[in-house]
Amino acid sequence: MGTLIEEIFSRKTGKPVQAGEILLLDVDYIMSHDNTTPLAIKAFREIGKPIFDKNRIVLHFDHAYPAPNVMAAENHKMIIEFVKEEGLPHFHRQGVCHQVMIEEGYITPGAIIIGADSHSNTYGALGAFGTGLGSTEIGVAWVTGKCWFKIPETIRIELTGKVMPGVYAKDVMLYIAGVMGMDGGTYRSIEFGGDYIESLPINERIVFSNMSTEIGAKCGLIAADDVTISYLNNETLAKGPFEPLGPVNPRYERVVEIDVSSITPQIACPHDVDNVKPLEEVEGLEINEVYIGTCTNARYEDLEIVAKMLKGKKVDPFTRVIVTSASDRIHKKAMKNGLIEILMDAGCTITGTGCGACIGRHGGILAAGERALTTMNRNFIGRMGSPLAEIYLASPATAAATALTGKITDPRKYL
Amino acid sequence: MGKAWTFGENLNTDEIIPGRFNITIDPLELAKNVFCEIKPEYAKNVKPGDIVVGGQNFGCGSSREHAPLAIKGSKAKCIIAPSYARIFFRNAINIGLPILECPDAVADIEEGNEVEVDLKSGKINNITKSQIYQARALPDFVLKIADAGGIVNFLKDHDIQELMA
Repeated sequence: MGTLIEEIFSRKTGKPVQAGEILLLDVDYIMSHDNTTPLAIKAFREIGKPIFDKNRIVLHFDHAYPAPNVMAAENHKMIIEFVKEEGLPHFHRQGVCHQVMIEEGYITPGAIIIGADSHSNTYGALGAFGTGLGSTEIGVAWVTGKCWFKIPETIRIELTGKVMPGVYAKDVMLYIAGVMGMDGGTYRSIEFGGDYIESLPINERIVFSNMSTEIGAKCGLIAADDVTISYLNNETLAKGPFEPLGPVNPRYERVVEIDVSSITPQIACPHDVDNVKPLEEVEGLEINEVYIGTCTNARYEDLEIVAKMLKGKKVDPFTRVIVTSASDRIHKKAMKNGLIEILMDAGCTITGTGCGACIGRHGGILAAGERALTTMNRNFIGRMGSPLAEIYLASPATAAATALTGKITDPRKYL
Repeated sequence: MGKAWTFGENLNTDEIIPGRFNITIDPLELAKNVFCEIKPEYAKNVKPGDIVVGGQNFGCGSSREHAPLAIKGSKAKCIIAPSYARIFFRNAINIGLPILECPDAVADIEEGNEVEVDLKSGKINNITKSQIYQARALPDFVLKIADAGGIVNFLKDHDIQELMA
């Protein structure tokens, strides 16, 4: 009985759990990546006790991989030595950690996953509890298998209606960020629901859970339904059987109702994710780099939207258009089905998979005075390189339309 | 008993300790520059047992643990604020820095007031103003972590289950 977060924790503990309670609980998986693992190793060594269960530890190389500098290389070397030394079985370097976590089957409805990455909220799209923590807590969880949680109150975001052609989950989520503000969900569990969410495939639902972080939420949950179960069975290595999981007679702190049918393509403007405007207010602004990638919007369906719009055309000759698939699996499917060839023929630069340009270390760094339009989830000052560059966030369709003209362009012109 | 040091709303981790000082994780080193951009007199004059009084969403911004470590290194007894940013809240507890939530105290306490805090009961006594405010009492497990000097230290001598026992 209760909100989705109360349901998940009640099932886990076998007794009714309510918002406000503090619990010490077993976690199913403990995730960290090349950026956050070194400090977790430090905390682990300081505690000086053995690992509780190697099977629950999942490590990724994605933030700065392949290493763009000596410091990153030293980090990778140190982590690989640790993985060998401890005999850790789950070590991945095949794309952005959050996408790989889903594909490899670590994320299932009702599971509890902690990650040393703020976008660990992503897992909520499959009815799992995912949240980001500091590295020290990850080291603690390696030793104990446990983590303490204060069960948060829930804000339900009820999304109804159908979006107009050319409008996608990303536009709706940016609109929500504009309405809620960067601290609108602080310490809350955000539950996304309504007939609009129910109508979406998993790749679009993920955008909401992923970007719940941008409104300060502890987690961004979506009920697991038939769509979730069929996705898990067909698109991931997760082993079932799975059952639907949703709120039961929930009591929400607040319900925010949004009709999606009037939402137009949206853009988050510099330098805050909640500085959101309808596209037409910034239409025509010159763009130096279009970056299509990240845990938010670089899934197969996103690449398909872009390829469809760029097929047989050429991108603007003075705009760098960079595409980084979220995972190797997505990239291989895109190659097999000819998407990568279409994108290359159109003049896009294709990189290896991973976090790419999103963290400003490699794969598309911006110069001072440059302006990027990207499918990422953050537009903070300096995130993609120079602090004097500007970052605009948008959907893959808006990114593709902008790639063709070199200016912020409404994708509805190319439908 | 300690002196209150007051700060505004949405105090971010860069205002607590700017990124350029985060080359160390030694709390005492970090404390030399804590609040240096917004209240440089703090690091010079803070005494053990003083109290940091902040506004809502205290510690927002990055997930860096350096921010609570710097305040802990300054020997402040605790922080009192109406609310904390999520990861700062966890990090503070895990490094053993007690944090109290009490909007009433924050609204009334002024810089320099003499304040006594009982962490166990959550009672805050403003001696200067002869006012008593009641914060939500800290859960036992938070006090255990604070007593041990942080969760890493706690785990050296205890099983994690003892936290909730």
